[in-house]
Amino acid sequence: MSEIKVIKERPQPEKKIGRHVITVKVQHNFGVLARITGLFAGRGYNIESLTVGRTHEPHIARITIVVEGDERVIEQIIKQLRKLIETLRVRDITDIPHIERELALIKIHTENDRTRDEIMRLVNIFRAKVVDVSTDTYTVEITGDEDKIEAFISLIKPFGIKEMARTGTLAMVRESATSKILPGERFD
Amino acid sequence: MEKKRGADIVVDVLLHEGVDTIFGLPGGAIMEVYDALFDAPFKNVLTRHEQAACHMADGYARATGKVGVVIATSGPGATNLVTGLATAYMDSIPLVAITGQVPRHYIGTDAFQEADVIGITRPITKHNFLVTDIKDLPLILRQAFYIARTGRPGPVLVDIPKDITQQVSEYYIPSDEEVKESLPGYNPHVEGNPVQIKKAAELIRKATRPVLYVGGGAILADAAEEVTKLARLTKIPVTTTNMGKGAFPETDPLSLHMLGMHGTYYANMAVYHSDLLIAVGARFDDRVTGKISEFAPEAKIIHIDIDPASISKTITVDVPIVGDVKNVLQKLIKELEEKPVEWVAARENWLKQIQEWKEKHPLSYRKSDKIIKPQYVIEEIYNITNGDAIISAGVGQHQMWAAMFYKYSYPRQFLNSGGLGTMGFGFPAAVGAKIGRPDKTVFAIEGDGSFIMNVQDLATAVQYRVPVKIAIINNGFLGMVRQWQQFFYDSRYASVCLSVQPDFVKLAESFGAVGLRATKPSEVKEVLAKAMEINDRPVLIDFVVDREENVLPMVPAGKSYREMILTPKQKGEAETMYLVG
Repeated sequence: MSEIKVIKERPQPEKKIGRHVITVKVQHNFGVLARITGLFAGRGYNIESLTVGRTHEPHIARITIVVEGDERVIEQIIKQLRKLIETLRVRDITDIPHIERELALIKIHTENDRTRDEIMRLVNIFRAKVVDVSTDTYTVEITGDEDKIEAFISLIKPFGIKEMARTGTLAMVRESATSKILPGERFD
Repeated sequence: MEKKRGADIVVDVLLHEGVDTIFGLPGGAIMEVYDALFDAPFKNVLTRHEQAACHMADGYARATGKVGVVIATSGPGATNLVTGLATAYMDSIPLVAITGQVPRHYIGTDAFQEADVIGITRPITKHNFLVTDIKDLPLILRQAFYIARTGRPGPVLVDIPKDITQQVSEYYIPSDEEVKESLPGYNPHVEGNPVQIKKAAELIRKATRPVLYVGGGAILADAAEEVTKLARLTKIPVTTTNMGKGAFPETDPLSLHMLGMHGTYYANMAVYHSDLLIAVGARFDDRVTGKISEFAPEAKIIHIDIDPASISKTITVDVPIVGDVKNVLQKLIKELEEKPVEWVAARENWLKQIQEWKEKHPLSYRKSDKIIKPQYVIEEIYNITNGDAIISAGVGQHQMWAAMFYKYSYPRQFLNSGGLGTMGFGFPAAVGAKIGRPDKTVFAIEGDGSFIMNVQDLATAVQYRVPVKIAIINNGFLGMVRQWQQFFYDSRYASVCLSVQPDFVKLAESFGAVGLRATKPSEVKEVLAKAMEINDRPVLIDFVVDREENVLPMVPAGKSYREMILTPKQKGEAETMYLVG
């Protein structure tokens, strides 16, 4: 009998790199955040931002992770997060209508009255807020999605940013636009 | 409610969990627990090193299917567990490690023998706990056992500060229900999706060149019976990973033995040419797949695994079935029995082709009557034990020879560090296995380099009269590294020659064990027969073997199955690289 000829290569999945927003509900235990960040660090995944805080249920914390990667990496991240004992729910909400918000505090140099006016104008347009004033700075609080904050920063940059702090993205599914079965729930 | 000292609560929960043996070594922060263990009605094995204790608990777990328990003190005691825990983690072995921690009010002050054990062991345990309140102690310990043994099993560590082990508190042992309810996020998926199982059955009916690829998951799920039934029902040849050995009897004509880097020619050819690969509790390790893009290039893949994260991790799968391997296989068999195919006829050509491959390149080696060939030693161990011994291997060439030249016929028969590749694993794991399975002959097949890494625990084996047999395949080299240097580094033998060795016979004797040696092929049977007669203490046999024997066949790392090295290199001759298909 002649040998069966195999010439093909196993097809490899395409690598489509994208930005993904993943929400995670975890038991609010000691060390849980270290477990999650350790998982990312140990596997070489790159976190763009990670925010964490309690929910209305005192023993449950909610984490929003923004991460870039191809489909395979994102799938692994989700599966590995689900494997953690303290994880209650993981969802990739990237393709589901959702709300994204970030808070930034930006301390801006104010040279003279003219720059103060300019900054105030931008603050009003962006519906931001001045939360502290000194003789040569304004400190501005702004919330919005990543794009809005990036846009504001790029406009404010020429005045001179003295200090800046950002929280990272928080996200939540938009209830008004979802049905009962969500496309991001494949593995739940 | 009853009041007890923390340390006594620990012992109570261990008893409740049915623990009959623990392995470990005391120290300051765990002394209270050892004090309580002094009166405990189970076997307490004092080892000479915590790493060995961890491997013993691991070998005990692998051989018996029970959860292994290891105890260590804080700081250096706990950090010595790291290699053992990582070994168990990679191979999904259920372990519970209990470590002492400095008293709570000292934590974080760089106290004597303090280390952040939770931080250190986080990536190498399935889960870990620091007990901060004595009220949580019984629940955490029960959670630890539950997590260790369910789902994809693994090691769980519980770190207990000394003041908690000393504190007296009211307590009760939480019920199974309470344990489950206290872990709302932990729900291992046991039942396979019925639609996927139907799809799998359909693919099996249609396949003309199917192969079953069986890993350690099948052993952990106690699914050897189902694997065997499925293979024999559908006439599908079976290849196992070294972790899957014993899930299907290697004496069966359908057995292809091991696949991958040191797999048989016929297993690798069968996988390479298959049109359907049924992966059962296996994880497509790089030692199995070689070059991913050329791994089973024409095959559709069915993957049955309890861990969803193992599916499509390196190889994209056509039919994923998440669930307990035993459970899924039972349903799959039922499905196949309902709509049977004329299996024998359907497989005729395929099995004929495989038979041709088997005849073309069987597992073999160049025999000699002048120098002991390591493969010959393994064959003789097989013969003298009638193929019924539990074999525990270290890591290196001897491990692969032990995998190739001993035929395994039942699950939990071959113990080795498949995932992490831990040198020093074989001997202590054999001690643990023999303690757990005193009815079986247990052979530790070790390399001279590997054995020396946990040689201190010969004392433990002698102290507890554990009659393990240790066969050292002594070639005076870190053999596997030497082989790679020969093949891929132009024979530049950098730091692999173990030019100073102990006299292993005297070494064994100095510990109170029996030492034997064979330097000629004619002595092999004789020393093995002598070793088999000794049943009250460990026996060490130093087999002085051919120094430059190689493990073949071999698929070089990252290469395709088509590029297998098959024949041993002669002086002045290049090894044969086979291009197949």
